[in-house]
Amino acid sequence: MRRREFLTGLSGAIVLPALPRAAGAQVTQLDPHVWAITKGATVRKGKVKLELPQLADNGNSVAMKVSVESPMTAEDHVRSIHLFSDRNPVTRMASFYLGPRAGKAEVSSRVRLAGSQRVTAMAQLSDGSFWSDTAEIVVTLSACLDES
Amino acid sequence: MAARIQMPKQARQGELIEIRILIQHPMETGYRHDDVGHLIKRNVINAFSCRYNGEEVFRADLSSGISANPYLQFYTVAGASGELEFTWIDDESKQGLERQSITVKA
Amino acid sequence: MSPGSAAARILVAALACTAAQAQERGIPLDRLKSGSAFLGADLRDLQADDFANPGMLWVERGEKLWREPAGKSERSCAGCHQDAETNMRGVAARYPKIDPASGKLLNLESRINLCRAERMGAEALRHESEELLALTAYLARQSHGVPIEVDIGGPARAHFESGRAFYYRRHGQLNLSCAHCHEANWGRRLFAETVTQGHPNAWPAYRMEWQTLGSLERRLRACLSGIRAEMLPYGSPEYRDLELFLAWRAQGLPVEAPGVRR
Repeated sequence: MRRREFLTGLSGAIVLPALPRAAGAQVTQLDPHVWAITKGATVRKGKVKLELPQLADNGNSVAMKVSVESPMTAEDHVRSIHLFSDRNPVTRMASFYLGPRAGKAEVSSRVRLAGSQRVTAMAQLSDGSFWSDTAEIVVTLSACLDES
Repeated sequence: MAARIQMPKQARQGELIEIRILIQHPMETGYRHDDVGHLIKRNVINAFSCRYNGEEVFRADLSSGISANPYLQFYTVAGASGELEFTWIDDESKQGLERQSITVKA
Repeated sequence: MSPGSAAARILVAALACTAAQAQERGIPLDRLKSGSAFLGADLRDLQADDFANPGMLWVERGEKLWREPAGKSERSCAGCHQDAETNMRGVAARYPKIDPASGKLLNLESRINLCRAERMGAEALRHESEELLALTAYLARQSHGVPIEVDIGGPARAHFESGRAFYYRRHGQLNLSCAHCHEANWGRRLFAETVTQGHPNAWPAYRMEWQTLGSLERRLRACLSGIRAEMLPYGSPEYRDLELFLAWRAQGLPVEAPGVRR
């Protein structure tokens, strides 16, 4: 989120673009973006490890690593991993589809984060179960306006 | 679309292979405005796929939540010698394609 | 004379000495710190990652452009300079410098364009164009690890003085000089950011704020906009003079291009 928009938002003069949820509200199992994948199945905490820095220099690009404990065999593997933001305008940030050919259930990328928030990673295993982890991150804004 | 790929050129049968890819793309969010205040249209790479000798080993749905010049790191297992094919497509239907061969020893 | 006033006189004399030395260099050479020292671990690691550093996309493109013929001459850069890895090593660390033929102060970008115009019969590459950024990034990369060392003697002296005067002059609505932040307050916080010493050694750099690679000139324009000063047009001599001063100020710092910055 740009600093200018943030400041004008505070003054109440600008209408912010429509967000799928109130800013800061947590992503839960009832969230429509989660429900679309789980169809209401329980999401348990565990097996998933989401790694983000505690403090981001800039929200435009933050290192993200998500890994899931799994032998990654044909009988027991990770089918998919989904990333959700509780503050970005687009809640489902990415979905990664693995399978036994992946060998290791670990994906790294760089993500955009529209401000300090909690990110959720949810994995679906081959047995149909869902597991999740969250990570809190503080995202700082640029000190100076840059119109270059 | 320019892209960089880092993966081993050869591996042993059954060995874990780490694949890294960096694609040059603005991943335009659709929330930014230009100098005269017009909204810049969204254009992100929305789908990415890696096929190993034709079989999909990794796939990703991406959004504006992935940074510009997207970076992905994932794994696969060395099977037969052959080719890994990386494909992706953006909102303007522009497609990207890169190939890397791999030699797998028993 | 009482011990108190004697001590006071010694103190004043000592301060006058250090002030005279400080006029020489606002930050002494042994206290120089690259901007990477002020980054979080994530961006510092990203810069050091030769594969994932997004600036390397431009370096790779630059490598291709180096070998591509251009203009009426159908010559490529490699046609004269051959292999950049051997022949261009250390070059970027010595810019900006005076071009002996024209007597002009050139930075890397203007050197590239001068070569294109005079030696290749090719048109100049636009500021911040993908091609110019790629070639600059590629050339700067060839000086990776080489300490910055510019010549401020002879015809360069006037440019250096002009650049230094610009650096210490107040600009813009915020009425700040570069020194106010980068000499008097480096290491301190400005909102959530830590103010750096403002060195040019990592440029061109991939700036997260821009989500793309940009030149040092663009970064200086960004600084001007930050203090609410009028951004001088690209190519203004003030930028080049300032770049020379900044390079002198950063003497000895190794080139880190392409850098990764906030």
